Amino acid sequence: MENKRNFLAGLYASMYKIRRFEQEAVKLFHNKELPGWLHSYIGEEAVAVGVCASLNRDDYITSTHRGHGHCIAKGADLKRMMAELYGKETGYCKGKGGSMHIADFSIGILGANGIVGGGIPIATGTALASQYLEDGRVTVCFFGDGASNQGGFHESLNLASLWKLPVVYVCENNLYAETTPQADHQPIRDIADRAKSYNMPGVIIDGNDVLAVYEETNKAVERARAGRGPTLVECKTYRYRGHWEGDPEVYRTKEEVKEWKKRDPLKKFKKYLLENDIIQSKEISFVEKKIEDEIKDAVKYAQASPPPRPESALEDLYVEQGG
Amino acid sequence: MREITFREAIREALDEALRSDAKVFLMGEDIGPLGGAFTVTKGLFDKYGRKRVRNTPISEVAIVGAATGAAMAGLRPITEIMFCDFLPLAGDQIINQAAKMRYMFGGQVKVPLTIRTILGAGLSAAAHHSQSNEALFMHTPGLKLVIPSTPYDAKGLLKTAILDDNPVIYFEHRCLYDSKGPVPENSYSISFGRADVKKEGRDVTLIATAEMVIKSLSVAEELEQEGISVEVIDPRTLNPLDMETIYESVKKTGRVLIVHEAVLTCGPGAEIAARISEEAFDYLDAPVKRLATKDVPIPMAPVLEDFVIPQKEDIKIAIKSLRNF
Ligand SMILES: Cc1ncc(C[n+]2csc(CCOP(=O)(O)OP(=O)(O)O)c2C)c(N)n1
Ligand SMILES: [Mg+2]
Repeated sequence: MENKRNFLAGLYASMYKIRRFEQEAVKLFHNKELPGWLHSYIGEEAVAVGVCASLNRDDYITSTHRGHGHCIAKGADLKRMMAELYGKETGYCKGKGGSMHIADFSIGILGANGIVGGGIPIATGTALASQYLEDGRVTVCFFGDGASNQGGFHESLNLASLWKLPVVYVCENNLYAETTPQADHQPIRDIADRAKSYNMPGVIIDGNDVLAVYEETNKAVERARAGRGPTLVECKTYRYRGHWEGDPEVYRTKEEVKEWKKRDPLKKFKKYLLENDIIQSKEISFVEKKIEDEIKDAVKYAQASPPPRPESALEDLYVEQGG
Repeated sequence: MREITFREAIREALDEALRSDAKVFLMGEDIGPLGGAFTVTKGLFDKYGRKRVRNTPISEVAIVGAATGAAMAGLRPITEIMFCDFLPLAGDQIINQAAKMRYMFGGQVKVPLTIRTILGAGLSAAAHHSQSNEALFMHTPGLKLVIPSTPYDAKGLLKTAILDDNPVIYFEHRCLYDSKGPVPENSYSISFGRADVKKEGRDVTLIATAEMVIKSLSVAEELEQEGISVEVIDPRTLNPLDMETIYESVKKTGRVLIVHEAVLTCGPGAEIAARISEEAFDYLDAPVKRLATKDVPIPMAPVLEDFVIPQKEDIKIAIKSLRNF
């Protein structure tokens, strides 16, 4: 019971951490403190958190341009993430990657990706390595509805199912690919249907319900771990912010956004925790306060960190070796 | 020393790598029982089984992408892409992913991936099965590029490619597969970034790659009879590119001809010529000359194919004009 309570509290904390990190990043971006671009994950927190709750520390994930949530849910360090957004030497990629390329190989985060769909074949490959090495790891591959139209998606699902690779393909269907609504970019509503072509299970989940996401993806992860092959999981969700910070959002109505906010994944889960007496509201406040401090520390750390040496732009291209 | 073919030399390198490192595996279209379109991997499927020698669907993106992922996770995949004309299908995985990965992530990851591919014309296979597109990848920081011309180099350089912790594209010219040469039976490797002086000479430096090395050597021998001494250099790897050996030769001859089967514009010769003019201008007695495939896709009819690709006679004329400059 205590374990379960901690587990559920952990899910909430993780979602809250993502929400607050993203809100802070948005603010800093508009204050012109952050160079580069920003694709906010606000509204989709339940997907990353519900999925990563099934994963071990050494399991792999591949992420996307909208990747901060995946990284935080998998356990990335907020300080090094924030420092990377600032382009500092202490960032995860020493300032070479930025928001779209955060990676932490020590905990299986194989990198966000600036190429829509670019991570899908790579995830298939780490799953191949796990099967080959019999290391028991599972790879989760995050991607959007837009990415499901890329050739690499189809090639990868075909290959993974053919070889029964331990990978779970998690589609975050937020109903838009940049500015294009789903109905204008694919002739189907349920991306999970595409699983049929590749003879793998396709599952549809309410992506704003963290427990539903956890329970369903957990089955897919266990199935993969048991050597029974890949699953395509589709999480229906919604992003609150524009596609990128600065997006004029001409393609959707304020009413639509408002409707989705009524189904906010954090509010929904918090209500569930309180109504079922799982956690008291003062415990929640305590957790939230701790996270606020963590985020403040991350920002301070990033601001105080030195910029990279200009010459370091010439480093890290090749592994140095004799040949 | 025993002589074996270029094809056998490559197969031997693959065999040695498969035998000595359980993390090495092969992956590609029809590489199983057939041994690939050019039978290079023939016998390896029977010897190592389907886990190590993996036949794939026709999915260049997934082949290179999955190999990249597998390499990131600690394996040493060797993929075969049936023709280098098909590399652009996997362009994102090669150029945006494998090549940029280490840099983009601040040095956190290694991608020990080898992509073997077949290049070159000469068999009337037309525009989709004949290109020499190595220069596309010279323009991509993060890759290493190997382009051997002899069985000896083929084996030693492939061993180095497989042992290298970076993504390597290894180009095999199809017309060389049956060519024979001495190859040690033991395991050996040849370092990247070391050009090989295939023939010493005094009058003209001739830099050539892949099958053009063979053509150039044959021309050089003929010209020797006419009293023209040609030094033939094979860079062997285009990235890293050994310019020192080339500068040394230029200091001696003052005259340079570059010959390749890639098309002229922005081909490997453009880069080599530019570097010579920047670093060795004082030693030049004539403008650097390039001889390359004409700037068109490769046509099918033999008469057309021969017309666009540099022939021995073209090389001879170019050398003489340089000599008389
Ligand atoms: C190959 C490629 N094409 C186009 C883009 C530009 N782009 C960046 S994100 C994006 C939309 C992606 O939509 P989706 O996969 O649904 O992810 P979402 O942004 O909704 O999370 C586009 C078109 C890109 N980065 N890469
Ligand atoms: Mg989308």
